[in-house]
Amino acid sequence: MAITMAQALNQSLHDAFEKDDRVVLFGEDVGTLGGVFRITDKLQERFGDQRCFDTPLAEAGIAGTAVGMAMYGFRPIIEMQFDGFTYPAFEQIVSHIAKMRNRSRGTVTMPITIRIPFGGGIGAVEHHSESPEAYFAHTAGLKVVTPGTPADAYSLLTESIFSDDPVVFFEPKRRYWMKEDAILPITTEPIGQSVVRRPGTTATLAAYGPMVKTCLETAEAAEAEGWDLEVIDIRSLVPFDHGTIVESVERTGRLVVVHEAQTTAGFGAEVAARVQQHAFYSLEAPVQRVGGFDIPYPAAMLEEFFLPDVDRILDAVATTLEY
Amino acid sequence: MNRSEPAALDQRYLQLLPPAEPVQLLDDDGVLHENPDFPIDDLGPDDLRNLYRYMVVSRRIDKQAISLQRQGQLGVYASLLGQEAAQVGGAYALEDRDWMFPSFREMGAAIVRGLEPGQLLHQWRGTWLSGHNPYDSNFALMSIPIGTQAIHGAGYAIAAAFDGEDIVVMTYFGDGATSEGDPHEAMNFAAVYDAPCIFFVQNNQYAISTPLSEQTRAPTIAHKGIGYGIPGYRVDGNDVLATYAVTRRAVQRARAGEGPSLIEAVTYRMEAHTTSDDPTRYRTPEEMDEWQRRDPIARFGAYLSAEGLMDDELKDRIDADVETLASGIREEIYEAPHGDPMELFEHVYVDPPAEFADQRALLTRELDAGTNGTEG
Ligand SMILES: Cc1ncc(C[n+]2csc(CCOP(=O)(O)OP(=O)(O)O)c2C)c(N)n1
Repeated sequence: MAITMAQALNQSLHDAFEKDDRVVLFGEDVGTLGGVFRITDKLQERFGDQRCFDTPLAEAGIAGTAVGMAMYGFRPIIEMQFDGFTYPAFEQIVSHIAKMRNRSRGTVTMPITIRIPFGGGIGAVEHHSESPEAYFAHTAGLKVVTPGTPADAYSLLTESIFSDDPVVFFEPKRRYWMKEDAILPITTEPIGQSVVRRPGTTATLAAYGPMVKTCLETAEAAEAEGWDLEVIDIRSLVPFDHGTIVESVERTGRLVVVHEAQTTAGFGAEVAARVQQHAFYSLEAPVQRVGGFDIPYPAAMLEEFFLPDVDRILDAVATTLEY
Repeated sequence: MNRSEPAALDQRYLQLLPPAEPVQLLDDDGVLHENPDFPIDDLGPDDLRNLYRYMVVSRRIDKQAISLQRQGQLGVYASLLGQEAAQVGGAYALEDRDWMFPSFREMGAAIVRGLEPGQLLHQWRGTWLSGHNPYDSNFALMSIPIGTQAIHGAGYAIAAAFDGEDIVVMTYFGDGATSEGDPHEAMNFAAVYDAPCIFFVQNNQYAISTPLSEQTRAPTIAHKGIGYGIPGYRVDGNDVLATYAVTRRAVQRARAGEGPSLIEAVTYRMEAHTTSDDPTRYRTPEEMDEWQRRDPIARFGAYLSAEGLMDDELKDRIDADVETLASGIREEIYEAPHGDPMELFEHVYVDPPAEFADQRALLTRELDAGTNGTEG
């Protein structure tokens, strides 16, 4: 049966609510409306308004309330309505959610999942297309994950909800409607493992979230050039499994890292650094990074010029093949 | 002026407004003026003596902490001198099962709660980021970013209300914190969910050097509650009985399911902001003298003596007990371990990332080679 990523996420929430009555979800418009993207559809109807509830419009309040509720013994899932509105909650996330366990010498656990629809490509107005993942990946104490496929969305969200560490869960919003054949529930894969989505020999593409699909399309297009590209879905930025990428590079000798976020100090820099550290002698060419330009996310009519696409990725592959 | 306006206002909103004068039960000379709205008839002689003892202990431990800082035993310390009545009176209105979410100046509230003061000093010493397990005492960890803990308290109270648990949460912050966003989000959340949460503001007149007059144009801090539909109380924070009575009323409201309250305890910080601060740059000796006359311990001591609840012998005994306590803390801090470097990697994640193995190994090698810990 074909399911969308949005359905997979919704199903994961329903199953988690069923499994553990300490799981609660709150945020702006998540109750009656079911969220602006309907990811929380029918949760309140089915589980009541003490399990899934609307909050006042206050992101710091939402994240900080999760701290108190987690201390009490709940397992909160919070929704940030859009990526660009996570910033008011940044303080609570980095100063408290991330640090509470460390500060309390292990006595206070923060099993909080912070759901953030992120990334561009949906023609949205300003502040609705941001890729803030590097800020969170840089913050010790948080886990940071993002699915590239519907089935994995189910898997990663379920694992995040039941993780005793806080997880920032980035939902690639332009892939909400992407379909895949899958029957849920599936056996979930643990956080912290990258996977090869398409095997290949010419070069490795490593991506996460929305760019996984773009890279798979690139690999298909590359066949016309006679290139057989391997595509790795990173899945989890923290913890980051560089082993799968290093192994791949040991076979292909070439790596292109792809993400939507601005290139400078983006997560691609981390991937490139790890690979040159662990697979230096396997590299036939410098690691190429393909990302957004170092500008604020552009207006909707111009976003296609900003976002990495098949051609930009193919060009980067060509560059690595010139060495 | 439209004289009919107040009458036209909905009575419910008028009830939220604080009275013009802070509630005071003991005047500056320690004479009791009872107020039927804020009774203290549940306080027996032992309670009264406890209140006194807690204030004296708080002051002595505070003094001890400052001298430990001067000796280089603590990195920095934030004094509560002058705020003993606010902290002790407020905390005494809670039950053991209730929770407290402090800022960083609440040593007095912690002492009422029964925490070992030495435990709290580890944070100032810099050995660990905090020294106690909050679940042992229902006293959350001190929070350094201003005002952020208010919303944790609200969240805890909301969770407790969902579970039908009969507890009240008290969260502490200062006058400066009322300009930050988080306490306002916290008051609003707590109000929307009728959470059993008390927002206890110690208005000690300054946020480091910034006086209240440069912090806000609100008539008083207690007025801020009205914006959230929660009652604001103003109380003389140097009057332990009034602080107790006002807090008890807020506690009763919370227990009755009537939701949160905002309390402004009007007080004064007699010491520097922290041991790193120089208050002579921003306040005058005249102002200090003015507040010295309202000293919370002297005032309450005078009352107890006049009522025959404390004689010189009892007073001396309390002072001697407190000296013993202070020297115990001195010993404890002198002997406290300096922190195990390998603990750096503990307690960051339940499930640590693989990189920790390499980073731990690096630190172990540095320690073994003796190259670590030297300042560059
Ligand atoms: C978010 C934040 N900004 C700045 C500081 C630095 N700082 C520490 S205490 C303080 C003043 C706090 O004043 P107030 O809230 O009145 O509490 P008080 O220190 O008087 O108890 C400031 C500015 C901080 N700790 N957190």
